[in-house]
Amino acid sequence: MADWVWSNVVVALLLMGTGGVVFYARRSRMWTETFSDLWRRRRFAVLVIGFYVLVALLDSVAWVGGMDQGEDTVARYEAQSILDRLFAGSQERSYSAPFADVEFYGGAPLTHPGAHILGTDLIGRDVLYLSLKGARVALLIGGLTSLLAIPLALLFGISAGYFGGRIDDVVFFVMSTLASMPGLLLLIALIMVLGKSTVAVCFALAITGWVGFCRVVRGETFKLRELEYVSAARALGVSEFGIIVRHILPNLMHLVIITFVLMFSGLVLSEAILSWLGIGVDGSWGQMIDQARNELSRDPIVWWNIVSAGLALFGLILAVNFVGDALRDTLDPRTLRETE
Amino acid sequence: MTALLEVKGLTARFPGPGEGLPIVDGVDFHIDSGEVLALVGESGCGKSMTALSLMRLLPKPGRIASGRVRLGDEEVLSMSVNAMRRVRGHRMAMIFQEPMTSLNPVVRVGKQVMEAIRLHEDVSRSAARLRSLELFSEVGIPDPEARLDAYPHQLSGGLKQRVMIAMALSTRPELLIADEPTTALDVTIQAQIVRLLRDLQRDRGMSILLITHDLGVVNELSDRVAVMYAGRIVETGSRQDIFKRPRHPYTRGLLRSNPALAVPGERLPEIQGVVPSPVEWPQGCRFSTRCSEVFEPCRIDVPQTTNLGEGHRCDCHGVTSSTNSGDGA
Ligand SMILES: Nc1ncnc2c1ncn2[C@@H]1O[C@H](COP(=O)(O)OP(=O)(O)O)[C@@H](O)[C@H]1O
Ligand code: SF4
Ligand SMILES: [Mg+2]
Repeated sequence: MADWVWSNVVVALLLMGTGGVVFYARRSRMWTETFSDLWRRRRFAVLVIGFYVLVALLDSVAWVGGMDQGEDTVARYEAQSILDRLFAGSQERSYSAPFADVEFYGGAPLTHPGAHILGTDLIGRDVLYLSLKGARVALLIGGLTSLLAIPLALLFGISAGYFGGRIDDVVFFVMSTLASMPGLLLLIALIMVLGKSTVAVCFALAITGWVGFCRVVRGETFKLRELEYVSAARALGVSEFGIIVRHILPNLMHLVIITFVLMFSGLVLSEAILSWLGIGVDGSWGQMIDQARNELSRDPIVWWNIVSAGLALFGLILAVNFVGDALRDTLDPRTLRETE
Repeated sequence: MTALLEVKGLTARFPGPGEGLPIVDGVDFHIDSGEVLALVGESGCGKSMTALSLMRLLPKPGRIASGRVRLGDEEVLSMSVNAMRRVRGHRMAMIFQEPMTSLNPVVRVGKQVMEAIRLHEDVSRSAARLRSLELFSEVGIPDPEARLDAYPHQLSGGLKQRVMIAMALSTRPELLIADEPTTALDVTIQAQIVRLLRDLQRDRGMSILLITHDLGVVNELSDRVAVMYAGRIVETGSRQDIFKRPRHPYTRGLLRSNPALAVPGERLPEIQGVVPSPVEWPQGCRFSTRCSEVFEPCRIDVPQTTNLGEGHRCDCHGVTSSTNSGDGA
């Protein structure tokens, strides 16, 4: 199947999944209270994140055709997302500043004078368009990596904490081994081995990122295992698997949510560092910043590229961190702070 | 009549010097069907560990070293893990001391009871809900319909304990093990729970192993009493035997220090000292470090069991079947 079909399928699944989660969370008082609290305290941050998500969705729903591409025959067979279609034809032949009528070098008139709110880049792409497109990449990096790292951490952390003994020894060994390697070097090595695709980068980030959460899960499971309701469940004849699924996992969910949110911003930043090293994901803000770096030395200075990408990145990270902090305050006043 | 539960020479050890510390050391007792046996003793005497051993739920690194536990016609200690899981909850159920933490905080209580029912019986969700409702009424939870949808933190301690009892009773166990069911509750609530347990036991004719250090509860509920000290049963007998004709110095000490029997204005005559930790257990009689009647052989030999007739037994060098020292202390 073509990439764009997958992208549409993922969007559909995500929307359905969100619907399902909302449906179930609504029945739980803890979650409804948490989210109404979040909405009250961090409305702006939630709305900002919502905007990024919306942009990413607009950039994810794509299909082929229906656009006049002029002479560009290749583009006619390429899928275009809604975002692409909104910005269709906003390409220039050269560099221009925000709101400019003429291009940066020769001063020749632009095709769309005054229409590039954030200017264009070296090869004439609209910077606003690129900045918006970065949202999808960022959410993909944060989301996919967490989707890989968190289940991994849960699996190993719960096994180690719940069963202890040999299993704990093995998990602990793996964790200490990973933790003893310099994270960035390991990351680079993994990307060298796995390749430079988005999925490979996410995979590498997941492998280097699950250890911290695994440690928290292990400790929490260890505590939960000793609680009386676990003994009570055992006394009722619930199997070990049943206890993990019914009693341990649900009581780790708040940690999962907080970790997801806090991990997310860290991952997006890590990708920016990787981009700077030239092994980032195509179309990310990190890559935009990296490319714009050289432009800073021009005279007069070309600042709009790097500032747009930087602000887009900064806005998302800040909003996510605000939300993460509020979530941590309401859901977990203790555990994660202790382990920091 | 054959007993419902028969425990013989049950020994549970935790890692320690030698073979390990015998936290439960050669415990013998039996419970007839429809009978309430109270297991009493100060905190740290091994009562909970005894109960958990019966369920084969001894916390790690403890292990059952020897002994036999027969329930009905099944040998509990040699059962397969899966068979044991069916026995738990189904034939033997247990309620714990801490109602506050005995329920999963993120699951509605009704759902927890329904899960307990559906664990052992193949019934539909709606049937299980109906049963939960009946159980809630049976254990005296007011407005049961609404309470089914409550989360644990919305219920008081007494109500939570009632939910725990409902859960334990959900599969009609033959034996209910109640480990300090009232200790964590307010005094007035304690009395209610005691009454509830008594009524339930009467209505259902089930056996109860009641673990407590509250002699008032023992007096109100039990048919027979086993007194435990430092991992051993030191005296067993009918409730009358224990309350009216206690023979073991430890039993007498417990009775004397019972607040219910105190003379107002006088200092409660407590047993001197504290329960020694298992590593400090003395040779011979383990009570010898605190006993007011201690004499020479006590510190050397473990006292043998003396049969005082009609199931009244006592392990003390100072007690023989002929002597009848000091009735009622
Ligand atoms: N992990 C352990 N290792 C060694 N001893 C233990 C362990 N857990 C409990 N014990 C001992 O078991 C005894 C507790 O017995 P328990 O059955 O809880 O007493 P209680 O009569 O108060 O219910 C204490 O003496 C304690 O020292
Ligand atoms: S055996 Fe000796 S020390 Fe132990 S209770 Fe009897 S009299 Fe006291
Ligand atoms: Mg106890």
